[in-house]
Amino acid sequence: MLESKGSKSSEGSCSELATTLKNTLNYDQLTNCMRCGFCLPACPTFRETGIEAESPRGRIALMKAVADGLMDPDYAFETQMNHCLGCRACEPACPADVKYGQLLEQARDSVEQHTESHRWWVKLARKTAFEGMFPHQGRMRLLGGALQVYQKSGLRGLVRGSGMMKLFPKHMQQMERILPDASYRGVVEQIGSVHPAKGERVGTVGLFRGCIMDVMFTETNKHTVELLNAAGFDVVIPESQNCCGALHAHSGEQDGARELAKRNIAAFKAAGVDWIASNAGGCGALLVEYDHLLHDDQQYASDAKWFAKRTLDVSKLLVEHGRLQSAAAAAAAASKVQGTAPSCGGGTAAATSAEVSENSAGCGGSCGSVSFASADPVRITYQDSCHLRNVMRSSEAPRKLMKSVANAEFVELFESDRCCGSAGIYNLTQPEMAGQILDHKMDHVKQTGAHYLLTSNPGCLLQMKLGIEKHGMSGKMEAVHLVDFLHERICKE
Amino acid sequence: MLGDSVKQKLREIVGSQWFKDDKESLITHSYDSTPMLQSLPDGVIYPENTAQVSAILKLLNEHRIPVVSRGSGTNLCGGTVPVEGGIVMVMHRMNRILEVDLDNLTATVQPGLNTKQFSTHVEGLGLFYPPDPGSMAISTIGGNIAECSGGLRGLKYGTTKDYVIGLEAVLANGEIIRTGGKLMKDVAGYDLTKLLVGSEGTLAVVTEAILKLIPPPKTKKTMLAMYKDLYGAARTVSKIIENRIIPATLEFLDNPTIRVVDDFAKLGLPLDMDAILLIEQDGDSETVERDIARIAEICQSENAERVTIATDEAEALKLMTARRSAFTALARLRPTTILEDATVPRSKIAEMVLAINEIAARHNVTICTFGHAGDGNLHPTATTDARDKEEIHRVEEAFEEIFEAAIRLGGTITGEHGVGLVKAPYLEWKVGSAGIEVMRSIKMAFDPNNILNPGKMFAKSTRKRVVLGHA
Repeated sequence: MLESKGSKSSEGSCSELATTLKNTLNYDQLTNCMRCGFCLPACPTFRETGIEAESPRGRIALMKAVADGLMDPDYAFETQMNHCLGCRACEPACPADVKYGQLLEQARDSVEQHTESHRWWVKLARKTAFEGMFPHQGRMRLLGGALQVYQKSGLRGLVRGSGMMKLFPKHMQQMERILPDASYRGVVEQIGSVHPAKGERVGTVGLFRGCIMDVMFTETNKHTVELLNAAGFDVVIPESQNCCGALHAHSGEQDGARELAKRNIAAFKAAGVDWIASNAGGCGALLVEYDHLLHDDQQYASDAKWFAKRTLDVSKLLVEHGRLQSAAAAAAAASKVQGTAPSCGGGTAAATSAEVSENSAGCGGSCGSVSFASADPVRITYQDSCHLRNVMRSSEAPRKLMKSVANAEFVELFESDRCCGSAGIYNLTQPEMAGQILDHKMDHVKQTGAHYLLTSNPGCLLQMKLGIEKHGMSGKMEAVHLVDFLHERICKE
Repeated sequence: MLGDSVKQKLREIVGSQWFKDDKESLITHSYDSTPMLQSLPDGVIYPENTAQVSAILKLLNEHRIPVVSRGSGTNLCGGTVPVEGGIVMVMHRMNRILEVDLDNLTATVQPGLNTKQFSTHVEGLGLFYPPDPGSMAISTIGGNIAECSGGLRGLKYGTTKDYVIGLEAVLANGEIIRTGGKLMKDVAGYDLTKLLVGSEGTLAVVTEAILKLIPPPKTKKTMLAMYKDLYGAARTVSKIIENRIIPATLEFLDNPTIRVVDDFAKLGLPLDMDAILLIEQDGDSETVERDIARIAEICQSENAERVTIATDEAEALKLMTARRSAFTALARLRPTTILEDATVPRSKIAEMVLAINEIAARHNVTICTFGHAGDGNLHPTATTDARDKEEIHRVEEAFEEIFEAAIRLGGTITGEHGVGLVKAPYLEWKVGSAGIEVMRSIKMAFDPNNILNPGKMFAKSTRKRVVLGHA
């Protein structure tokens, strides 16, 4: 009979990884898990497999077994830690408030320090991405530029025509097909870094522009600025900001994440903002946890708290602090709409469906508040960004905004709170599980009959585009970032 | 330990991917929701059908290898912890609803079926399966049957045993028996159906169940009564029953429980109250209105500070869902929560609450109390830390006295969680030595080699009972 041990035991064989895990894992958090199982129904990988080890309770038990010296962490342990999506759906479901996300990061961080399972090219790719690319905004833009050349110069057509893409795994081929047009000029290069509010000023917002967001979805960043301006916010985009560090943190590169966090904190602190706006759930979730990431950094701990407290998703910022009008008023405004507004380009391709009109409301007047209109009736649905919902705990605000669009019928997607399988780079590292989860997701998406499938995070957006492509729904439905959808329908009284 | 040849045969029965003996699988089947218990099995097996269960048991019986059948591992008495090693048999793959018979109002299901999915499914067909254990979102029907789970609706609708009318089960030697059927009356011989319900996996492995369904109530109303005086709340419970009103749900939560539940569920519950009662009545609208009004009067007469009625279905559902989280939410106070379910006749609720608080104070331990007060089934829950051995010892002493107090008031050591490992030393207090003997004989008849969940229910030695004078 094993009693759970009250202190970290040092029995059994002890690999270096075991020692690192024992020193890294927060034993109080491990003890806080009551093993009640409330997390099981919330967990996508448990749902797919029915195997206890594929659940948060099981993974915590494995971590605790290592900490208690009951088990030496082997390759299977490493695999299981990487099998978790990190969607954090278990956290809101946990009555005991166990910080599973932190435990997972501690485990992955330890694993990364000792892993021997990465082949040389995986190591090289990781090093290139985590040290050579993401931390450097300039290089990210170069990458965007390269991609832009590939997409625009005819090279893409050549590659596709030559059948060269067939050399890649199927999920990579599909990914290449749905990638939006990249840009080597980010939001600041295109529109500058200071943008005054329209009408009465509510406060100053610092926009977190992201790295992938700024290369692949520059238009969405621009639309975010314009939406915030219209709702009464001055927007500044501090130029010395960089990647949030989320991909680092989730992949066990804690030190890299901390360095990036410090630079971001310094940039926004210097800009003197009231709020920091994020338009990517995955980034935002790490931004609001900077206080945890830097909790034992004497120099940065208090500034990190300042930063984390002020970070909000753009939808929450609009709903809670912006000047917005009710749906009824929006409907009234919409009925007065004449002419067409500029259509959205770039990040969101223009509507492909004949059923979807590109008409949207023109902006008139210079004060009052923002409302959203839609000239022709459309049906919309929404896939939650897990990190927005489970970490930033914001699921109501996006829905409020969508429901306030006149002439748009909002249909709740069954299990919209379940991960779509994108999960950062999970769809690249665990294509099989990600594909399975995506297929189940698309079954529910089809049921909605929506013209637009809206999301709040670039990863989810790409995954939804992939799903639409994979399930032959292109032309019937389009995946769009919530910000782009609202921007196209903005009208001012 | 399992020999290689037995492992090989097990793999042949279920297919190699459904038998596991790697370290990860053993660790993740070494616990259930009971605090401070862990014991590694030697293997984990996932059967797909009754024939496989039969073949597995026949083999294990020949080799005298222990086997614990397991659903989602949510029980709280150590019932699914493999204390003697052997095989954990996970029933998750057998999770189908085989039939809902709309002519007989019965459902035939497999044991691995999730309770909540089942009840949602039958509600979609316009029927009602009342048993609703706190863990229903996770638990399985098979687990509910093994433990005879109760829940929040027990006082009006009864518990799992009142809805199981037929079973298919596999005995230790691999024989398959069928009991009961789609029958409201059946007295052919001993009632094996009822015997197997609540037998905690010690007599047979249930592979199929016929469940009784009932028409759903037409309407439902949910209310909260808040008290500055804990005993006023407890007296209200007894008084409602005295007044011949049987609510569908009558739950009691004390102040620390209210605080943690609200911290989790963010309902805006009143944090300055000593206790709240969560009351639900269902039925035809006239009766519901009358009962709720009458209950409100009774609450006022016992000096309730406030009585509020949920405005809509969504709010009512939120309250019930929040209440189900109470046990785990208490872990927000201290890392370990030890939850018991001493149960007393409904008229003795106030006395029992008094006794629990007096015992906790005397042993200098924190015990929060919540639970299904309406059916006398309280959940005194100690918040502690498994790493503090001295405090854990005091908690154990306090619970021993709580069991004693429950029995003295005409109650029992467990209302719905089962005996398992944790309460085995106290079973004799409740059933007496002759009771234990007859139970042992039954176990012997079903499972002569003691392979089915060994080490549970019957303790190697009974705790000495210290009868205290009335405090």
